[in-house]
Amino acid sequence: MDISTEELLDIYHTMQKIRLFESKVRDLAMAGEIPGFVHVSIGEEASAAGVCAALRTTDRITSTHRGHGHLIAKGGRLDKMMAEIFGKRTGYCKGKGGSMHIVDYSLGILGANGIVGGGLPIATGSGLAAVIAGKDDVTASFFGDGASNEGTFHESLNLAAVWKLPVIFVCENNGFGEFTPMETVTSVKDIAVRAQAYGIPGHIVDGNDVLEVLRYTSEAVARARAGEGPTLLECKTYRWEGHVVGEQAFLGEGAYRAKSEIEAWKLKCPLIRFEKWCAENGKISSAELKKIVADTEKELADAIEFARASELPDAAEVTDDVYA
Amino acid sequence: MAQINFIQAINEALAEEMERDPLTFLMGEDVVLSAFGATKGLIDKFGAKRVRNTPISEAGFVGAAVGAAMAGTRPICEVEFASFFYCAFDQVCNQAAKLRYMSGGQATMPITFRAVFGAMGGAAAQHSETVYAQFLSVPGLKLVVPSGPSDMKGLLKSAIRDNNPVIVFEHGALGRLKEEVAGGDHLVPLGKAAVKREGKNVTLVAIGAMVPKAMKVADKLEKENISVEVIDPRTLIPLDENAILASVEKTNRIVIADEGHLRGGAAADIAAIVADKGFDFLDAPVRRVTSLDVPIPFSPPLEKAAIADEARIEAAIRDVVGR
Ligand SMILES: Cc1ncc(C[n+]2csc(CCOP(=O)(O)OP(=O)(O)O)c2C)c(N)n1
Repeated sequence: MDISTEELLDIYHTMQKIRLFESKVRDLAMAGEIPGFVHVSIGEEASAAGVCAALRTTDRITSTHRGHGHLIAKGGRLDKMMAEIFGKRTGYCKGKGGSMHIVDYSLGILGANGIVGGGLPIATGSGLAAVIAGKDDVTASFFGDGASNEGTFHESLNLAAVWKLPVIFVCENNGFGEFTPMETVTSVKDIAVRAQAYGIPGHIVDGNDVLEVLRYTSEAVARARAGEGPTLLECKTYRWEGHVVGEQAFLGEGAYRAKSEIEAWKLKCPLIRFEKWCAENGKISSAELKKIVADTEKELADAIEFARASELPDAAEVTDDVYA
Repeated sequence: MAQINFIQAINEALAEEMERDPLTFLMGEDVVLSAFGATKGLIDKFGAKRVRNTPISEAGFVGAAVGAAMAGTRPICEVEFASFFYCAFDQVCNQAAKLRYMSGGQATMPITFRAVFGAMGGAAAQHSETVYAQFLSVPGLKLVVPSGPSDMKGLLKSAIRDNNPVIVFEHGALGRLKEEVAGGDHLVPLGKAAVKREGKNVTLVAIGAMVPKAMKVADKLEKENISVEVIDPRTLIPLDENAILASVEKTNRIVIADEGHLRGGAAADIAAIVADKGFDFLDAPVRRVTSLDVPIPFSPPLEKAAIADEARIEAAIRDVVGR
């Protein structure tokens, strides 16, 4: 695959932003600075970064409760995201949405979603809109392995298939839905095989290899833009953290998976893997990578400062934006 | 008598009823480990056949509960957050609620649905809604909204034994509330309100998590010689109209406090009943204290502004008593 150094740097920057942002959000939530339910995607950075690297600004995505990474990869601003997560007026949704509901229409981010499987039909409709408006924009829909058991998954794949809609369905299979191991509630080992039922291509992708994710997504995007219809990608990955930040407090450690399993996956860290690849292929020097880390840390510190310094919304704003 | 909390009350009710009837079984997302703790340990007592983790597929497993009930078992079906009922609306409203009637009384539908609802601090609009109003105009369902551990246990046990589809709504902010709960086979009948506190000047009907708030307001106003009678209907279908009307006959004033929305809500329903059947008792307009007609916002000051609170209950009472 032809990929420029600039693109590689961008991909690494995205993954670092996600990693550092999520780690910080986890810590701030543990410290009680963030209200509500917080789900982070540490360990799953490559699928978000790889998919969005194949998209342009006018392409759209739908995301999930575990959505920070997707939004960052699609270009979401760390300061406005952080402010939203803090519930501040300067946040993306003026404090109305929070961690699970961040949206930026100007970047094609149709939104994170608190309803598992809620994004798939929306992505399908977004694909339909492109067809109706005569544009070649595509829509990528992120969802989990758990969501692939919702009716919305099956109905969306079928609808997108029969109407040949420009949609890329991206399943991030991290092995669990909440605290339930996938294999105890899912009829197949690989979600990708479900594509066959709807007559569309389905691919198993190493979800921790950002370049492989990019390669498969680029193919799916080309197909979609050419009017050939949807593709299902299954990115095999793992979440290092709990389902929800703070779950150890009510579940205890090791309630549903062994520590050794988590440690084994940490060895497959998508960032380290990319760094190694860069070193082996002489693409980017480690000094350049280090600079990206430092820049990202600064960006993140600024975002937190912005969020902290921002005002909470005024009670009177509660009735704004119910209707257009 | 032992002090137990809301969650323990659920756990005890489930364990006792599952012990009592081998055809009861439990299913829902993560009921084995139990996120909120209500079903914790039941797997050890009753095994994997009767305690089942479902896939995340509400329409599918709620519908399966309907079929299992029609075929002679007594499912207890957990729908984690009540907002997820929207994903299974057909199965609840078109199937569970209607099939007995539509089959000319052939089907019985002994299902108990359990779901957590209400604002619990920054859970935002898709996890914080009070959704029972959406089911109020679906004949065939029963709706239960316990306000404390004792009622929780007694009502849930009655719900499980009932031969109709019953939805038990558990307010997410009541989890740690502790109370003495009677031992033995503690049953609270569906359709019987509780007078939580007697009073002379105004009737305050409070639903679910509004009950502890109502009690605090009543305590406060007592000191100013405003005597508030607090009534907890406990079940919205069937509704104990007589208890509410008898109280209004005595106090001549009524305020209804509910965390649901104003438009088309449970409070609206009760207000209409009082206006219809209790008009002659009234010396003041019927007042409703509800959440605003907005999706429940995330940010704490906005959430606070959206949700009915003690200050608004107090203001409504002062308004109807003119003090
Ligand atoms: C319709 C619906 N059902 C249940 C939930 C509760 N819930 C939130 S996240 C989650 C697990 C989702 O698993 P998966 O789709 O695999 O995504 P992951 O969390 O692993 O990223 C569940 C059950 C929900 N938010 N929406």
